[in-house]
Amino acid sequence: MKNIRTKILSNQEISPGYFRMRILAPGYERKARAGQFVMFRVQRSLPPLLRRPFGIFRTGFLPSDCDDMPPIEFVEILYKVVGRGTTIMAELHEGDRVELLGPLGNGFDLTATGGEKILVGGGIGLVPLYMLASELVESSSVRLLMGGRTRDDILAVTEFERLGVETYVSTDDGSLGEEGLVTHVLERKLQKYPDAKVFACGPLPMLKAVREKCLAYQAPLQVSLEEFMACGVGACLGCVVKGAGHTEEAPSYLCTCTAGPVFKSEYLDWSSLGTTQTECGGCT
Amino acid sequence: MAINQTTRTERPSLAVELAGIRLRNPVMPASGTFGYGEEYAPFLDLEEIGAIVTKGLSLKPKAGNPTPRIAETISGMLNAIGLQNVGIDAFRKHKVPFLRTVNTPVIVNFFGNTLEEYGAVAEQLAEIPEIAGAELNISCPNVKQGGIVFGTDPKAAGEVVSLVRRKFSRPLIVKLTPNVTDITVIAKVVEEAGADAITCINTLTGMSIDIRTRKPRLANRTGGLSGPAIRPIAVRMVHQVVQAVSIPVIGVGGIVRPMDALEFLIAGARAVQVGTANFVDPTAMLTITQGIEEFCVEEGIDDINQVIGSLRY
Repeated sequence: MKNIRTKILSNQEISPGYFRMRILAPGYERKARAGQFVMFRVQRSLPPLLRRPFGIFRTGFLPSDCDDMPPIEFVEILYKVVGRGTTIMAELHEGDRVELLGPLGNGFDLTATGGEKILVGGGIGLVPLYMLASELVESSSVRLLMGGRTRDDILAVTEFERLGVETYVSTDDGSLGEEGLVTHVLERKLQKYPDAKVFACGPLPMLKAVREKCLAYQAPLQVSLEEFMACGVGACLGCVVKGAGHTEEAPSYLCTCTAGPVFKSEYLDWSSLGTTQTECGGCT
Repeated sequence: MAINQTTRTERPSLAVELAGIRLRNPVMPASGTFGYGEEYAPFLDLEEIGAIVTKGLSLKPKAGNPTPRIAETISGMLNAIGLQNVGIDAFRKHKVPFLRTVNTPVIVNFFGNTLEEYGAVAEQLAEIPEIAGAELNISCPNVKQGGIVFGTDPKAAGEVVSLVRRKFSRPLIVKLTPNVTDITVIAKVVEEAGADAITCINTLTGMSIDIRTRKPRLANRTGGLSGPAIRPIAVRMVHQVVQAVSIPVIGVGGIVRPMDALEFLIAGARAVQVGTANFVDPTAMLTITQGIEEFCVEEGIDDINQVIGSLRY
């Protein structure tokens, strides 16, 4: 992990309100693991003051312009425009100078190979699941259950299909795929594949519902959480969540940036999660 | 000719002396923004900064406040972390061994919930030889007891500094809150009680509200405002305190660029602390130090001490 001063290769709207940014990122293809994130900063810009954390969607290589030059290494992030920081990001162009701190965080635990794997993504929560899927398909049968409010929230599904992942789409309004909640699809899959391991990222109400289903079917679950953070490296202590067994007398606060962002479900105090969350970190 | 060349390429001296601690340069982190040092070791050489200032320590580990603990505001951030820390025992056991390997003075920030606790922590710190000095926090705005209670009442401030002074003989720095009517009153009391230096300022109490949910953005409702938004206030207060006391002052508040640090030095600060900027750019302190050096070269100054307190009216 280190801070690099680099530039944007492309920044495109892929669905209303959602963007895909590709950034020149030497070293990321080798170092970044599924579930890790970066702290993004628009260089020489203020506001926003703080960096913004973004999950890594994928890394890769582009052929270089010259034959004898090495290929160009990049990282891709997907983001939803929700506040001032992401509004500024949406207006950036190819060649604009940015800074990346990363790759940060622990990533998914991939030690259990083989068997059935079910990935559950809600809206922009899909982001960390792509690299995860690309690693899991090597040894497992992988299914992606992708949910959103409308068809606009369903992202990059064809890219998962190209990896060989079976995909199931559901939307609240039925504008794409099955009408209803992604957890309904999850329940059917858990009935069919009782030994499946589940990986999820999305809005907290969805994660809580996913956790209920996984408890009911005794399926191991890893979740990737999102929290406001200032530093991303465990210093500010702004992004903590309560760990399982947290009490007033024996408190357990875990940094989402360093102990997470991926947590095994049983390590978290679910009753406290999200009780005080607001939509956007501020900067109004 | 040869002599001229040597003179021209000689680097200005950035070393300063702070209450008996010799710093290679006047730039150090603000407590609470740099963990225990180790967190930032992957990003910068800890032997290039003036000192390491730790997260505030207490007698027992402290869990901190509920979340959300931080919110961004225009050119600043609000935080209400609540002094979460590992406690003095764990610091000694798990953090000191790393700090021992770094050739940079370590200043330990600490606080207590009661007068007795302040004294007890000071006693324990006195037994850790690796510590160059201590920074007494009487200014945290985010906890009910301790901190600011001692920092806003001149009598309480005098008592806690006197007590700690008796128990800790190495350099003692006292960090002041700006959330008072006249900061010079507290500064003078603290000096009289035996402080070797003063850090000012801690964060300003602030609040931000989410207009859609109509809830405060922080679970603690209020928090400490830091970042460039508070810098002019900090410069003003450092200026006032420098006039009021004769012990050295460490300036802190919204330093992001070299020129920000230089404002504080010119106002009379012997050293500066960088806080929120560490979150934005983990190498900020190095950039700032480099910029201070470049300023000296441009201005034909060979020693940073010539800049300190050079304010003209």
